[in-house]
Amino acid sequence: MNHTLVALVEDKPGVLTRVASLFRRRAFNIESLTVGHTDQTGVSRMTVVVNSSETDAERVTSNLHKLINVIEVTDLAEAPSVVRDLALIKVTASPASRSEIMQLVDVYRARIVDVGNDSLIVEITGDEDKIDSFVDVLRPFGILEMVRTGIVAMARGTSLIPGSNGNGNSNGNGNGVH
Amino acid sequence: MKRTGAQIIWECLVHEGVKTVFGYPGGAIMPAYDALLEYPVHHVLVRHEQGAAHMADGYARVSGEVGVAVATSGPGATNLVTGIATAMMDSSPIVCITGQVNSKLIGYDAFQETDITGITLPITKHNYLVTDVHELTHVLREAFYIARSGRPGPVLVDIAKDVQQATIPDWEYDDSPIQMTAYRPDKSPMPKDLQQAAEMIHAAKRPVILAGRGVLMSGAMEQLREFAEKTRTPVAMTLLGIGCFPASHPLNLGMMGMHGEAWVNNAIQQADLLLAMGMRFDDRVTGKIETYATQAKKIHFEIDPSEVNKNVKVDSALIGDLRETLGKLSAHVEACDHGDWIEQIDEMKGDSAVRDIMNLPDNGHLYAPHVMSDLQRYTKGEALVVSDVGQNQMWAAQYYKHDKPYTYITSGGLGTMGFALPAAIGAKFARPDANVWAIAGDGGFQMTQSELSTAAQEGLKINIAIINNGYLGMVRQWQEFFYDKRYSATPMHNPDFVKLAEAHGLAAIRVTKREQVEDAVRQAEETEGTVVVEFQVEKEDSVYPMVPTGADLHNMIRRPVRVMEEE
Repeated sequence: MNHTLVALVEDKPGVLTRVASLFRRRAFNIESLTVGHTDQTGVSRMTVVVNSSETDAERVTSNLHKLINVIEVTDLAEAPSVVRDLALIKVTASPASRSEIMQLVDVYRARIVDVGNDSLIVEITGDEDKIDSFVDVLRPFGILEMVRTGIVAMARGTSLIPGSNGNGNSNGNGNGVH
Repeated sequence: MKRTGAQIIWECLVHEGVKTVFGYPGGAIMPAYDALLEYPVHHVLVRHEQGAAHMADGYARVSGEVGVAVATSGPGATNLVTGIATAMMDSSPIVCITGQVNSKLIGYDAFQETDITGITLPITKHNYLVTDVHELTHVLREAFYIARSGRPGPVLVDIAKDVQQATIPDWEYDDSPIQMTAYRPDKSPMPKDLQQAAEMIHAAKRPVILAGRGVLMSGAMEQLREFAEKTRTPVAMTLLGIGCFPASHPLNLGMMGMHGEAWVNNAIQQADLLLAMGMRFDDRVTGKIETYATQAKKIHFEIDPSEVNKNVKVDSALIGDLRETLGKLSAHVEACDHGDWIEQIDEMKGDSAVRDIMNLPDNGHLYAPHVMSDLQRYTKGEALVVSDVGQNQMWAAQYYKHDKPYTYITSGGLGTMGFALPAAIGAKFARPDANVWAIAGDGGFQMTQSELSTAAQEGLKINIAIINNGYLGMVRQWQEFFYDKRYSATPMHNPDFVKLAEAHGLAAIRVTKREQVEDAVRQAEETEGTVVVEFQVEKEDSVYPMVPTGADLHNMIRRPVRVMEEE
């Protein structure tokens, strides 16, 4: 089973190295790691997917907390969440197969973002299962190239990652085992 | 006021209360060394930067204050690495300041450039590279704050040479409270957790306290003692916990683990509750995890949440500063009496006494345990003992009993040979009135023996006991037990340690018989300046008891009763 952890970190040079170094040093096996900006200046958000049959997610969380630049770590397994992965897939498209591909694109609510003479680039967003399934149906046409961003995730409803709302109210609780 | 980056370094150190630093100059740190002459900070010139880090570490361990090491870029910085890793494993608060090449040259393989922040990433609590003089003050303030707060540890600050040379025209020291977005070291246990722990304590029939270095770092000695006395709970100590509970206290069990006393390990294996205080269930303490204290519930008093459930699954975790936690817990805890249990442990001791070398007939040979025991007697148990790593360390831990805290330091987690001499020098600077005894084997001593020059140059008074058995003794012991006595690369051809000391202008004494020990100790203590005492001990003695790696904690190799009589 995969665990999705969200870490808010200070946007400073070397922070990604510190996180990566920690994973290597503790032999944590990571399925994916994505980093991006948040709405707050100086704060980046990392989404870490851990295969919990190999790596104890709680250990990852508590060790991430020890990094001086890590503001907060939340395990999204504890609440319902929206999980998204984005893929760009370049697929062979002859004049004969093109319309069939376009139908599949519609079914999966993907988008065609580039059209070449013999190929298409398709963009799809969704959870990993949906993308895996889309890749499977495209494979017979000939996938030339593919890139996936890795998972980003957010808890459903109004619940916030502590520290992500910028007003600091939910930020002061340093107690207990996270 | 106008200040250069180099001056700001010392301004900040003085504000942190630093009076002594240990270091070695070189190109990229020269501006800082030039400015040093204007500040009331005593610089101890080491002979190798590893020594500087160990001295800072020794200073920190006996004073509770942050120790400081200074080195230049490149090889100066990389030579610190072993000392930093040592401090990291034992949570010792040190700040290492390294010079770095000019910031414009970073990344261009300039002369003596090395990526020391990259190299030390996994062995520091945190580190910084400073390339802008305006960041220097807050970085140094944060470095000291991080080093000493929460679970302490080493912090490295790498400062580019041009930052040291740059000037701030209107610099002022910023003494506002430190604000850090992400780092929040102050944690406290929840009241419901305290209540739950108290219930477990009241339900226990056979409790044991496992006291570690966290007790010393938190300053929770008094609270531990009150708790132990109120609940009549025996106290076992880790190697690094020695001194946190008086050895002469009736509730003291002694040291646990690989070379712990048999009754201590057996008591732990039979306990129904373990109260782990400021210790981390190291493999040297638990033996085989699967069979470790299987009947016991476990309460972990710990400041670092990542230690909880790391090696041993626990039933309750009280996260926070130990002194504060024990203070709060005492309100929930009622007096207990475990008379039967204590009696039961006493019975376990009987067999051990028979096997103790102290109680075996004296065959005229000089044994290291006798040296330790006699050393304790003739120093009235009041010495500040700094041991190295290996057999000497275990014998020192077993046979020199400590009643006071911060009187025994050693490299536990990393097991760094060569630690004793430099750490003893650092300890002496922190506690000039202490009677400091460094204890090292012939192997470990030679790893950092160049620091004899440092002690001589500083006119320092410490005593150095070299336990010379002509072997890398602990490795030899393992070879004897587990490698069919094939002594691969363990016999040592040593220098004449007496002449070596004399070459440094230091006094030296050689001891080959037990009856010479008393005189040697007295003579060493009465002599001005550092004295080297070489104890030529039994060459192939072993440390007992011993739990082989990966064995059950209760399956110990015991000292054979007859061996000494046969010799």
